[in-house]
This record gives sequence, C-alpha cells and structure tokens, in this order.
Amino acid sequence: MAERSFAREIQQLRLGAGAEFRGEGILAITKALLENGVGYVAGYQGAPISHLMDVLADAADILSELGVHFESSANEATAAATLATSAMYPIRGAVTFKSTAGTNVASDALSNLSSSGVVGGALIILGEDYGEGSSIMQERSHAFAMKSQLWLLDPRPNLESIVRMVEHGFALSEASSTPVMLEVRIRACHVHGSFIAKDNRPPPFSLTQARNAPVRDTGRIVLPPASFAHEKDKIARRWPAAVAYIQEHGLNEVFAGDLTEAGIILQGGMYNSVMRALMRMGLADIWGNTRVPLYVLNVTYPLVDAEIVRFCADKRAVLVVEEGQPDFIEQALSKILRQADSPTRLLGKRILPMAGEYTVAVLEDGIRGFFAAAAVEADLTPRANAAAVLDEEPVRALADVVPARPPGFCTGCPERPIFSAMKLVEKELGRHHIAADIGCHLFSILPPFNVGATTMGYGLGPASASALNGGEGKRVVSFIGDGGLWHNGLTSSIGNAVYNKSGNVTIIVDNHYSSATGGQDLLSSRAVARRRSTGHGIVQAVRGVGATWVRQIDRTYDVARMRATIREALTTPAAGPKVIVASSECMLNRQRREKPLMQAAAKAGKRVVRPRFGVDADICTGDHACMRLSGCPSLSLKHTGEKLRDDPIAVVDNSCVGCGHCGEVATAAILCPSFYRADIVENPGRMDRFLAKIRTTVIGALQRRRAARHWMPA
Amino acid sequence: MIRPVTIAVLAIGGQGGGVLVDWIVALAEREGWRAQSTSVPGVAQRTGATIYYVEAIEAPAGRVPVFSPMAAPGDVDIVIAAEWMEAGRAIQRGLVTPDRTTLIASTHRTLAVSEKEIPGDGLADSATVTAAARAAAKRVAAFDMAALAEQAGNVVSSVLFGALCGTGALPFPRAAFEAVIAEAGIGVQGSLRGFGLGFDAVDAPALGVKPQPPVLPPALAPLGHQAYDALLLRAAALPVGAHAMLAEGLKHVVSYQDIDYGSAYLDAVEAVVREVPVSSARDTVAEAAAKYIARAMAYDDVIRVAALKTQPSRSPRIQREMRGQVLAVTEFMHPRAEEMLGLLPQRAGIAIGRRPRLVALLDRIAGGPKRIRTDTVVGFLTLYIVAGLRGWRRKTLRHAQESARIETWLTTVRTVAGKDPALAAELLANQRLIKGYSETHARGLDKFSRVMAASERLAGRPDAAVWVRRLRDAALKDEQGSTLDAALRTVDSFLDERTAA
Repeated sequence: MAERSFAREIQQLRLGAGAEFRGEGILAITKALLENGVGYVAGYQGAPISHLMDVLADAADILSELGVHFESSANEATAAATLATSAMYPIRGAVTFKSTAGTNVASDALSNLSSSGVVGGALIILGEDYGEGSSIMQERSHAFAMKSQLWLLDPRPNLESIVRMVEHGFALSEASSTPVMLEVRIRACHVHGSFIAKDNRPPPFSLTQARNAPVRDTGRIVLPPASFAHEKDKIARRWPAAVAYIQEHGLNEVFAGDLTEAGIILQGGMYNSVMRALMRMGLADIWGNTRVPLYVLNVTYPLVDAEIVRFCADKRAVLVVEEGQPDFIEQALSKILRQADSPTRLLGKRILPMAGEYTVAVLEDGIRGFFAAAAVEADLTPRANAAAVLDEEPVRALADVVPARPPGFCTGCPERPIFSAMKLVEKELGRHHIAADIGCHLFSILPPFNVGATTMGYGLGPASASALNGGEGKRVVSFIGDGGLWHNGLTSSIGNAVYNKSGNVTIIVDNHYSSATGGQDLLSSRAVARRRSTGHGIVQAVRGVGATWVRQIDRTYDVARMRATIREALTTPAAGPKVIVASSECMLNRQRREKPLMQAAAKAGKRVVRPRFGVDADICTGDHACMRLSGCPSLSLKHTGEKLRDDPIAVVDNSCVGCGHCGEVATAAILCPSFYRADIVENPGRMDRFLAKIRTTVIGALQRRRAARHWMPA
Repeated sequence: MIRPVTIAVLAIGGQGGGVLVDWIVALAEREGWRAQSTSVPGVAQRTGATIYYVEAIEAPAGRVPVFSPMAAPGDVDIVIAAEWMEAGRAIQRGLVTPDRTTLIASTHRTLAVSEKEIPGDGLADSATVTAAARAAAKRVAAFDMAALAEQAGNVVSSVLFGALCGTGALPFPRAAFEAVIAEAGIGVQGSLRGFGLGFDAVDAPALGVKPQPPVLPPALAPLGHQAYDALLLRAAALPVGAHAMLAEGLKHVVSYQDIDYGSAYLDAVEAVVREVPVSSARDTVAEAAAKYIARAMAYDDVIRVAALKTQPSRSPRIQREMRGQVLAVTEFMHPRAEEMLGLLPQRAGIAIGRRPRLVALLDRIAGGPKRIRTDTVVGFLTLYIVAGLRGWRRKTLRHAQESARIETWLTTVRTVAGKDPALAAELLANQRLIKGYSETHARGLDKFSRVMAASERLAGRPDAAVWVRRLRDAALKDEQGSTLDAALRTVDSFLDERTAA
C-alpha cells in the first residue's frame, strides 16, 4: 500500500477529447500514455517518479479496461528489459525510474535494447533527481543517451509540453527504431497545471496478438555479426531518421525576440527558469513574450545541426543554458558552429557555473554576464535581489541560530531502535566499520546516531564491505533494507557473502515496504496485495542462498534484544555471514492503516486502548541522554520555567504513537526512570471502571497516610 | 509590469504543507485564476525542512502564463512558514524582503536534533528570528499556530490558511477560502475551526508583545506551618536578591526530605554568604548558593524517584497531559546494584561493594529492567514502600557520598568567596554539570571534577570566573566532553606559559 493514494485524482485519466485536465505532472504523463495507445507500462519507484508508479498502481482498473499491462518491476534493469517486447512487436511500451541511480541499474538492458532497435515505440520516463531535494549523486542522464544512442527529450516544464513530448516520443521512437528517454526534472514531476485531453486509445496491436504470433529475427539479436550491423545502422539510418522527424514536427521551438543580435539556446527543462530570469531583467513578460530570441531544445539528443546553424546565423553571440556537467551540449554546439564556419560567439559555462543547479538567481546572473560579455545593448531592469536585507545585522544573526534540519526517521519508526541498539553495542565493543545502504535507514548516518561510513548504491551495503571480509580483528557490520534486498541485494550482497565465506554481519532492515520511496509493496510485504504476490519471507530467501547464521527479530522496538543479537553476531565463533533480519512495520504505513480503524471503533462506542509515552518532569534531570539515542520527532525539550533549573527537560508531545522506543532505550541503556507509558482508553468497560475504583481507593488511602507523615510546603 | 502572486511555503516533513498548497491552488483556480505549484519531493519530506512554491495570476482569455518553477530571492509576495525556525530559514534564503513580503508564520518550535542532543541548553533563540522578521518582512503575521491547531483539534496547515485569509494578502473573500476547505472533503469541520482561529488571530496583538507578569505575593511569606515559617524567617535574613530562589530551594529540599533538611540547607547557604563582603556580588552569590545547593542536596536517588512516581498530584497530571482517560501507567525502570548498595548503611554498602560477586548477585536479584504498573495496587505499593525509606536516607551510603562531595565543593566555594565572589558564583553553578542517572551521572561527575580541578588552578586570576563559565559551557556542549577537553587544553596552555615564565 503506497503512502499516497491517487484514487481520487485518477478519475481524470478517463477524460475524453476536449476536456481540461488539471493536476500534477506525473498524472498528466500517465494520461498521455493512455492517449497514445501504450500497450504496457513498467517501472521501479524512486523520487521524483515514485508517484508515477503509485498513480499507475491506483489506475490498475483503468489500465486493464484498455488492455494495458502494468508491472511494478523488481528493479530498473527489469523495467528496462521489459521494453524488449517493443523490440520485436509493434506495441508501444513505457517504463519509468529515477535517474541517474535507476538508469545506472538499467544500463545493461538499455544498451542491448538500443543496439537491437525497436519497432514499437519505446519510452523511458526518467525522473531527473538533480538539484535541491535530490538524494543521490549529481550526474546527468545525457551521458546515457550519448553512449547508447538513445534519444533524450527534455520538454518545457508545463503539462502541455510534457504531454506533447510523450506523443512525439513514441512516434520518434518508431520513426527511428530507437528507444527514447523523456527526462522530467524534480519540480516538473509535481508541477500542478492543466492541458486539454484527448480520448484514450487501446493499443492497436495487443499483447495477446504478440503472444500468439511470436516473432524471431536473429538480425535483431545482440550477437555478432548482427551487433556490428546495429552500430552502423544507428549512424547510417536511425540517427538521420530521428533528425528528420524532429525537424519535420518542430519538436524544438524558436521564440523570436527583437534583440536579434543575441540569442539563448536552452534545454527545454530550463525554459521557465530562463523566462523568469529574463522577466526579472525586464526582457520578458509573464505571458511568454521575450525580447531575446530563444531556441528551446525539447530534444537535447540528438541535436539538429541545421536548426542550430540557422538560429545562430544572424547573431553576434549565443548563450547556451545547459544544467549539469560535463558541458556535452556546449561541446557539440562548438563543433557544429565551427564546422559551419559560423562567426557567432558561443558562451556557456564560461559565464554560467559548470556544476550545480541552475536556479532563477543563478540564471539571471549568467544572462546578465552574457549581455556584458557579448556587449548586447539593452535596457535592463536593476537586479531585484535580497542582498540588501541579507546584509542587515538581525538577518545575518540567523546564521548562528537557524538549525539544519535534514530528513530523519519519522515518529515511531521501527528503524530507530535498530540504530539505538547499534550505538549501544559500539559503546560496549568499540567502533566498527559500518557499511550503509540506500533507504530510510541511511538516516542513521546523521545525528544523533552517526552510524554508517559508506553508501555505494541500492542493495550494495553488504557488498561494499566485501574487501573487509575475513582476516583478523573486528567484524564489519552492513545494513541493507528490504527494498534493497529484493532490488538486487539478495544476490549482490547476501549471495556474495555466502559464496565468499564472509564472516561479516548483515542487518536487514525489514519494514515490510519500500518505505523511502513512498511505502510501495515488496515481495516480503506482509499485507495481502490484490494484484501482487506478497508474503515471501526474507529469512527463507536468505537461507535459500546459503546463509546459516540467521536471526529473526520480529519487534525491533525491543532494544535490549536487538542489542544482544548484534552483540552475539559480532562475537560468535560461527563461520560464514551473520544475518539479522530486523522486522517491524513502517510506522507511517501502520498508522495510515490503523488510525482510521481505531477512530471508527471509538466512534462506534467500542473499547479502544491506545498507548502514549510521557516523561515525569521532576524526575528528568535535563541531561538529554535519551535524545542522543533517539531523535524521535515527538520526543522534544522544553523549559519548565522552574527557578531551580537551567536546562530544558525532555517532553513527549501529542504526536507520540506509543511505539515504546524511548522507554525501551531508557531501560536498555540504563538512562533514567523518567519515562512511563500511559494506556489511554476510550469507552472503558464495566471491568475497567470497577478496577479503577478499587485502585483509586487503595492508592488514595496510602497517599493520605504519607501526607500525614511527611509535611510538604504547597 | 504584470506579475503573478508568488507564495513560498516552508514546512517540516509531516506538517501538512502539501495540503495547504493544494488549498491555495484550488482557491486560485476556483476564483478563475491560473495557478502552478511545485514541490521538492523525496526523502526530504521525512521530518526534514521542505519548500513548496505557488504562483497564481488572473489570465485574460487566450493568454497562458509562464510560471517559475522555484522561488527567487526578492521575488516572493507571501511566505508561509509552519514553524518559527523555518521562518528564519526563509529569511536567510532571501525569500522575505521589505519591499513586498508578507510573512505568515507560526511561532511555535519543533526542535531539530542538533538542538536536542546538546547536554546543556542547545535550544535556538527564537528572539533572533523575531528580530530578523521585523527587519526583513513588509508585514508579519506571526503567532503560535500549533497551539491554535491543537485547540481546534486540527493541524497547523488549517490555521495557516486562516491566517493567509486574515492578512488579506490574497484578493479572495473568506467564503472562497472556506469553500475550498469544504470541497476538499476531508476533516472539514476541524479544518474550518482551525481556519477560523487563524483568521481571527491575525488581528490579535502584534508579534512579540508579552503579557504583563502577574503581581506575586512576597516570596518568603509564611505558610502557617510553624517550623517551616521559622525557616522562611531565617531565609529572609539573607540578601534580598536571593529571596525568590530561597523560597524555591527551601520548598524543594523540605519536600525532598524534611524540615531538618531545610535547616541544613539554610546553614549551607548562610555559610557561603557569610564569606562574601557586602556588595552587589553578594546577592549573586546568595542566589547561586540558594539554587545549586538545593539541587545538590536533593540528589536523585531511588527513594526520590519512588516518591515522585507515587505522589498524589501525579495521576491527575498524567490524565491532563494525555488528554483522555488513562487506564494503565507503566514505569520503565532499571535499578542497578549500585543503587541498592546506596540504600544500605554506609559501612555495609562499602563492604558489599568491595565484593564483585556479591554485587553481581544483588544485581541479578533486584536489578535489571523492570516494568512497574503504578496504577495497580501491587505496583504502587512497591514504589510506595521504597519511597517510605525517606526516614532512613540520612543513614545510607549514597547520602554519605553525596554529603562528602557537597562539603568538598562548598569548602572550595567558601575559600574563594571572600576574594572573588564572581568565581564563587560560577563554582556554585558547576552543580549544573551533575545530572542524569547511572553512566550519564558518572560522566557528569567526571566533568564536574575536571572543571573544579581547573578552577583551583585558575583561582587568583582576574578572569578566573569567566574561564570557569567557559569551561562549564564547553562541558555542556557534547556528551563525550571533547569540547571540554579542548577548552581545558587552552587553559593548560596559558597556565603553563605563566609557570614557564
């Protein structure tokens, strides 16, 4: 069950021709796929396209009505390999994953696919995880397009353009027998906007037809000598066909302006930011009119030489706006203009930064720099920036005050106690090399846990500790999530450790979902999924590939047991990999499931008991030791206002879900007796009331007895 | 030049920033405007700082606006911050400028891990953001929206939406705002309540106005208990500046033990104050003595914890805080052999403490993690009996240890009090380093000893008090004491220099 439900929004996927669609970018892409007769869709979740997978999952009924096959792939390689159907059959297929992390994984299949070529349109929708909010290494998808000869679309970030590029993407793919990548940047994935819909189209050639009339053509299989022919075909036929299609259908756009001696060549995805920068300079308006001519590359690979030469023909200087590095496009433009003997000056990353996100402010600086360098005469509006106010003393003072707020474990997260236990084990046995993986559990590298030294990719945590396997000294501890395990970790990490007789410790963080990407189901999810087969145990899988020392912990909140198990794994004389499967359900998902049920039950007058934690203010000494083993958002601090105290004390706020971590840690680490759990009851039963009465009476009598013996000032 | 209305929303993952943004977009579209919203998704939304951005404009027929995908410094009309430090972050990012920005922010705090993990007081200063908001914004609507949300039984986003309406920063009528909430169809009543509270609060007193403190009765007014009133009378003879603190301290130690203990407390305070010549510093020293001697004497032992867990005021307080009928209360405790030994008579405790196997046995029998249900008769009685050992406390090993430590500490204080009252006040405040239980307590004691040892070497220097304060602040910066180590190295370096010279 995914974190966000699109049940309401997906009704828009049924809109017919002429109706206005309003919604998010990912939903618009889905609609466009259906309008263009897609036959099958697959993908692997990951920001910023997780929600695209969620939309598709929620839209399963609409997809099956149209005869569209949808799969949540095991990983990006699986997703990309799914496109093989379009290699042999005239069926349009689309897959989606995040880039460049996902594209890396998918590369093997993508290379083979692009070598074979396609007959049905093959579209790869890439969520470009670059710039603010990104959680991965900063690289470009462009390189993948270049190395495999895949075409790369980078549409202007509005729904109309994105939808248009989905349509042309399929057609371009078919016209040039080449898979096409459609790049959508972080903000565009979730941009809210509108476009005019068309009718949905069922795939004209069905998957059943394909199954019943299989096609085989050795000339399309990547084996010599066909593979050599493929390479030549890419250059001789596919590339020119693509360029012809792009030109003929005007995929790239020129926006004219009166300052004809200058121009800007930009990636489509940069269009809105460039326009805003120009608007701030007084060179454009909000309705899309610009004084500087623009050549917008909705297709960034391949480039159309003739269009570029034509755009530059009457210009003294041209600025290239290309986000990310290396400056592939600028290099190509230099060559194109040089070969055309063009006298136009080309400026790009000499003026704009080579690396980093091109925000509106960065672009404005760059374009102003371009105007100065190229000596273009224009009456520019002075810079409307915040420099003056940022320079004022009260604002500068914020630098020492405003705390960094990186992401972290949610309230009640079952992963928190695993790292509390790890930290406690390290207090006993000293520091160890700890290899981290990708997933929510990677938040362990941040305070307060500070656990984890490396992260080498999804499912590769234990693999990344391979060289430290065996020999003398301490064992290495690796973490891997259930998401990473099923993505590839079972073979890359666990199987590898078994085969190489690794003595290291692997902790599999099993929260029953692919939580970091939005709580999608997995093979080992324990909930029953209508369209998927779940409930396949991790312990069985790990034993299946040969691990023998395997411990299952079914309540991670038991910090003492967690600690004992990690300690045992680090000290046992047993040979081979030590695998601990630490399982507890993702609290976000659990709350989403249980909260409405509990509320309904309480409303219906049923007895409902809900736990919550508290801190006795006068027992807490304000040492904050619990904070350093927790970081729970609901466990906070406050000043009591008591004159005898200096430091704030711990307090559990209303958002507490009663997971028990703080209490467990307080006892396991012998911190303090301040924590207590209160079980709050709604609609108490007769027995509850009876017991409460007896207890109150006896306890009240005892308290009165003491008050008589020990006088206290009020 | 025609420009869109630009709105940046800064929130913490989980605060419902996305809901607020959806409302704003729906509102603009409902009023016939065109709107765009963008957000940065992904793991950033797991309790981290997040930013959303909205642009909206009334577009003539046939015209399509080109919106910006992100907020640009100096270009934002409305900044909505769902937490006070996030408002600070918005100002730091240049999103709040005096020429155009209306800042709508909740003044409540959600603490960052970096603030919480500091052993001392690591809380960020909210007043800095207040000052920055005054300097940077054209207009500020800031109040504790989390409290209003709680009052409405809703989340902060509804209150923010109400405040947005209340400021009039968007040219839409209140009815349109409320219609949007109703049309969204989820938790409508609660959201409307929160909206109303937010709307009304905009016109309430401006940022930073604090209510006048109520007039209090004199701190040392008699309570009608003969023996206690006698103590109050004694306290009244001490410097006036310390009276309020003495009243608290006396109450604390008498509640902790008994009237005699209160008398011993005043003895200790008086002994320190006596050493200080009459001056303004005398009040400072007296106040520090009143505060820290009370805390030192009321050390946290098993008896005190048991007493606090069984006191009559506790159960109603828990009921109030939990906002619901509390069925069961489970205590999470982990007594250790050390604590048991501490309860024994001094000689017995020391004797057993010397035999590790006996200690281990004691730990096995009585120590270890314990879950005690204090709402049940048996659970309550267990702690009640331990609390009843109060009369026995003065004979225990722990008391002997604490008394010895306090005496050593106060002797040092008294020695310097005559010559350097400021240093005496700082040495008293070093008690602040001793807190927590078990290992945390041991580490605190260690830090205390190291700062005290350094202060003996510093005594006699004009900046001794300043340095002791610096050392204490350093000790409170991190758990392991590495900041203290560095500070001590600095002290060593200049003290050694002097010796060498």
